[in-house]
Amino acid sequence: MAVIEVEGLWKIFGGDPERARERAREGVSKAEVKAETGSVIAVNDATFEVREQEIFVVMGLSGSGKSTLLRCINRLIEPTFGTVEVHGEDVTAYDDEQLRDIRRTKMSMVFQNFGLFPHRSVLGNVEYGLEVAGMSKSEREEKARRTLDLVGLEGYEESRPSELSGGMQQRVGLARALVNDPEILLMDEAFSALDPLIRDEMQNELLQLQEMWDPAATILFITHDLDEALKMGDRIAIMKDGELAQVGTPTEILTNPADEYVRSFVENVNRTKVLQARTVVRDPRDEEEARLRTDSPSVHPRAPLAEILPTVLKSDQPVAVRNGQGDLKGVVSRSALMEEVTRNAGVDLEEEAVEEAVTAQAS
Amino acid sequence: MDLNIGAAFEALIDWLKTNFEGFFEVAATAIGSTTEGLEDVLLLLPSWVMILLFTALAWWVASRGVALFTLVGMGLLDSYEFALFGTEIAVGMGYWEITMETLALILSSTLLSLLIGIPLGIWAAKSDTVDAIIRPVLDFMQTMPAFVYLIPAVVLFGLGTVPGVIATFIFATPPCVRLTNLGIRQVSEEAIEAAQSFGSTPTQMLFKVELPMALPTILAGINQTVLLALSMVVIAALIGSGGLGDPVVQGIQQLQIATGFEGGLAIVILAIFLDRVTQAIGERAGSTAQAA
Ligand SMILES: Nc1ncnc2c1ncn2[C@@H]1O[C@H](COP(=O)(O)OP(=O)(O)OP(=O)(O)O)[C@@H](O)[C@H]1O
Ligand SMILES: [Mg+2]
Repeated sequence: MAVIEVEGLWKIFGGDPERARERAREGVSKAEVKAETGSVIAVNDATFEVREQEIFVVMGLSGSGKSTLLRCINRLIEPTFGTVEVHGEDVTAYDDEQLRDIRRTKMSMVFQNFGLFPHRSVLGNVEYGLEVAGMSKSEREEKARRTLDLVGLEGYEESRPSELSGGMQQRVGLARALVNDPEILLMDEAFSALDPLIRDEMQNELLQLQEMWDPAATILFITHDLDEALKMGDRIAIMKDGELAQVGTPTEILTNPADEYVRSFVENVNRTKVLQARTVVRDPRDEEEARLRTDSPSVHPRAPLAEILPTVLKSDQPVAVRNGQGDLKGVVSRSALMEEVTRNAGVDLEEEAVEEAVTAQAS
Repeated sequence: MDLNIGAAFEALIDWLKTNFEGFFEVAATAIGSTTEGLEDVLLLLPSWVMILLFTALAWWVASRGVALFTLVGMGLLDSYEFALFGTEIAVGMGYWEITMETLALILSSTLLSLLIGIPLGIWAAKSDTVDAIIRPVLDFMQTMPAFVYLIPAVVLFGLGTVPGVIATFIFATPPCVRLTNLGIRQVSEEAIEAAQSFGSTPTQMLFKVELPMALPTILAGINQTVLLALSMVVIAALIGSGGLGDPVVQGIQQLQIATGFEGGLAIVILAIFLDRVTQAIGERAGSTAQAA
């Protein structure tokens, strides 16, 4: 079930790591440890698992250690203490050869500033991973072309990366990472450098791709943007000063913030806009399943609650939740939706949303 | 005991000469035959054919202007004799042969610079320790008056072309090392990480990412190396390396203004040609590998 298991992971830069860890365990803050020992604690005792085919988001402010954590997983950065297991195998114990192998076949990465090779064409960039793995020219070219089509870049094969817009460059980055059908996709603020509109478009496309793939990849997605985290994440880890403050589903994070820090993050969030149908979905009962024909009204699992409210309220039966391929993912009942929407009753925004929806139903 | 620095250096050179005589002989033969081979090739075809070839090269890599300059400039180096109204007229400087000698010397010393300088530059880029050791050595090599290299070169290799190539090589290699080092260190961290994250071996990383991305900078280093090599031509002539330095040296020794000027002009023509052509090659590489 778990694809990646991270256990007691620390990354300490410089100084005396043993002592820095000791002091941190005694409760001394990151800044004080730095002043005292000269060590920077980038990741502080992280333990979590990433489940098969989920999108696991790590969210935190700048300097909280997100990039370092991500790089410890494919060992672009060597963890100081702790283990990272992929499918039960300890990656931290891998030798160079094994490491290259897993990077070539199972895990690939997308970078914040794209990390493209300026001296290679778009096609050459996408081919790179296959080329270093020793695949023949014709085979890798064919795969690269297919992947470029998938991300909507057909016709740009021979262009140089510098000739493309930021959004297109990141599509190249994405295609380069997807070309060998990785099981695990590591994305370090992959969309942060893009304009808001393009970012939104890329987010939707990634979600769509994730839906289409069979088997879907497991995605570890880093962001500093809460909206993006809530939109993309099946589960979210909130990181602060190298520590994981909370790991949970979007609903859990919004409903039960683990501490003041997380609460301060989420308190101004409009739940009906960021929570999606998938957070209130339940499995259909047998008799319901029979009744839910493909032409009955349905909502997308990623649709925000505010958007599905009219549909669900109008229907006297639970509404089907179907992904873009039309697969039934479950149902949303009026009561479940209302319960979620009116949680923390008293918050004006949500009452407004309910009212809006009721008026919409009446008309 | 006399603790004299100069004497110590002399002792070192003597020690090298007695203990590595075999090595120096092999090196001398290799360098000598490379230079002679290049010279033979350059003089194989009639001068006017070579001039047209150089012009075509300039046109192809640089521009029409550089090509025109090459045609006229190299044309001046050559000589032409013809009869006009019954009078024998000779024009041109008649330096074609020694120009090719100089070109051969520059090419072979540059070749040696690349052969040694680029790997050294790569090594320095990979290791801060090596970088820290090499840096002062390069400074030393470049600031030491170039004449000084002639002495050990002659002691170890005798008179002629070979010590000329060696002295030129020592003087001209530093920019090649420096800019290779710089170019590789300048490759963006993310591109390196990307290459690593896709499972590159260190060799694949070097040849598929680092060197190609550093190429424009490395080529700028080669351009400087070539020009420094050319600046050694006159000095090398003092130890019998021949080439375009000869008329200049002769001009100085015999106070012949005309000869000295012609020799100097020929060097300038060759310098401009080599500079523009190597620079254009660098710019071409730069436009395909410009940093993102
Ligand atoms: N090579 C390094 N040497 C020393 N300290 C480092 C190094 N790399 C990162 N750090 C420190 O580790 C901490 C975490 O850095 P990291 O880059 O992982 O943060 P981040 O959450 O990705 O931030 P951002 O949003 O700015 O990318 C920071 O305090 C940073 O200064
Ligand atoms: Mg980061």
